[in-house]
Amino acid sequence: MSPWIAGFSIFFGYPLVMTAYYSFTHYDLLSSPRWIGLANYRYLFETDQRIWPAVSNTLWIIAVAVPLNALFAFGIALMLSRARQGIGFFRTVFYLPALAPPVAATLGFVYLLNPGTGPVNTLLRHLGIEGPLWFDSPRWAKPSLVLLGIWGVGNLMIIFLAAVLDVPRHLQESAELDGAGPFQRLRYVTLPTISPVILFAVVIGVIEGLQYFTQAYVASTIAGGSAAAATEGANSLGYPLDSTLFYPVLLYQQGFRYFNMGYASAMAMLLLVVAFAVTALIVRNSRRWVHVQGPALR
Amino acid sequence: MTSATVEAPALVRRKPPAEVRRRRFLIAVADHSLLIAAAVIFLSPLVFIVLTAFMTNAQALSPDLWPHPFRWRNFVEIFQKAPLWKYALNSLLYGGLATLFLLMSSIPVAYALSRLRWRGRHAAFLVVLIAMMLPPQVTVIPVYVMWAKLHLVGTLWPLILPNLLGDAFSIFLLRQFFLTIPEEYIDAARVDGCGEFRILTTVVLRLAKPAIAAVALFSFLFCFNDFFGPLLYTGENPANWTLSVGLSQFRTILQVQWNLTMAATVVVMAPVVLLFFLAQRAFVEGVTLTGVKG
Repeated sequence: MSPWIAGFSIFFGYPLVMTAYYSFTHYDLLSSPRWIGLANYRYLFETDQRIWPAVSNTLWIIAVAVPLNALFAFGIALMLSRARQGIGFFRTVFYLPALAPPVAATLGFVYLLNPGTGPVNTLLRHLGIEGPLWFDSPRWAKPSLVLLGIWGVGNLMIIFLAAVLDVPRHLQESAELDGAGPFQRLRYVTLPTISPVILFAVVIGVIEGLQYFTQAYVASTIAGGSAAAATEGANSLGYPLDSTLFYPVLLYQQGFRYFNMGYASAMAMLLLVVAFAVTALIVRNSRRWVHVQGPALR
Repeated sequence: MTSATVEAPALVRRKPPAEVRRRRFLIAVADHSLLIAAAVIFLSPLVFIVLTAFMTNAQALSPDLWPHPFRWRNFVEIFQKAPLWKYALNSLLYGGLATLFLLMSSIPVAYALSRLRWRGRHAAFLVVLIAMMLPPQVTVIPVYVMWAKLHLVGTLWPLILPNLLGDAFSIFLLRQFFLTIPEEYIDAARVDGCGEFRILTTVVLRLAKPAIAAVALFSFLFCFNDFFGPLLYTGENPANWTLSVGLSQFRTILQVQWNLTMAATVVVMAPVVLLFFLAQRAFVEGVTLTGVKG
């Protein structure tokens, strides 16, 4: 137990306290922190022009991607559970993209969706459709990221598949005897039984949405074209026109590119409050859905 | 269906009306055709990426979708133009050591949380849950400052060393699995005079092999895929870049050559895909473990 308690204090407890402290200071890592009271927070809530795009983009991606991912994962799982042949093959196909390292997957999508010569727009052109600018368009950059997310929905799909296959057969059969059609069985038998998993998917999705970083970073620096070093690419973060500027991306830029550590700490505190609210929600609910699942497992 | 033919041939002979059969057949076809269509859509990005990896640069910029001729040299060139082996070695170092340390530290904690009765274990579990869910950005600044003061920024150690002190997600996963081990086994060992440590090494570890394999796999993959961590700590020091960070810079290193960039992308994806086919069962079991038992 004790090493973990030590680890917990060093990498969780202490930093939490220090984040709170730094958020009231001006700190650039070179000189020691200087107390400036609430100035960071005032700047955060009143002056900073880029906070609002960062917050609204983050909310947007959560509101759009979480339900869509769950829907696709569930839809595929449902189709898989009904398939008679080749379940193993199909399962592998749908799971495979989830394995692709996020940087690799994002690079792949920036290429696939590149407006001029990318395969997607080329195919669309064959169909007589002029495709959008995808990652180069402020309007389409986020939807492109959503597509990338749906492509990598494999983990969630496996979880849903296990849950769907776990729905007791006798419930399905008795509903069928009572004259319930496929949609009624889905609505009144399958969905209620797997509801804990849906809740799980939503909560995990929201938590991941609050940390959305890699894909946005890579997509904006690659599509935006960047200078030589890894760190200089940070200049095109949010490309195009801050449409992919998510809260964690802005926090990274403020803290580790501009070295406004104090201000970034204030941003972290705001994130903490939001994340904590979400976490509290799940822990309060967990008792309910862990119990539902418990007996079925034994 | 087959069992029905064996048990009651008379019943089978009286087939359901043609209309019903046709509907069932159509539903089955619809199910599978949807599946097939979806599978094609899911596979096509991979196919295009691989195809582009074999194109010449001029071709990659043309609307052609099929490479002619296949240019295998791309895969030689990327290793010449960027220190891919070095990146791979760094990824391996990060993933290997981090996973080893993490198993060493997390297993005893998970065991303590699942078995030993001690005051406050519920509270401790709750804390693990909360730690698991908070975004890393919340604590990253003081942690970075700490490593900077130890002069370890620029190396991979800030990412490896914390694993010696346990990881919330792995602890959570292992605990969930340890809980399913019947109490009787452990009691039996205790009656035979085993200490807690010996129970852990001889009984629990053997029974929990699949869960431990899954945790190790996830940990390694997490490290291999991790971008935020290596970017943060080694961004300024290309000698310590992992494959993820290196790949994100590829397009600039190669002056925007899509064919080579895609070749590098394929090279980075390949080990993971290979690992998956080698350890498919551990994967699926592991993913299921996180969801259903969560």
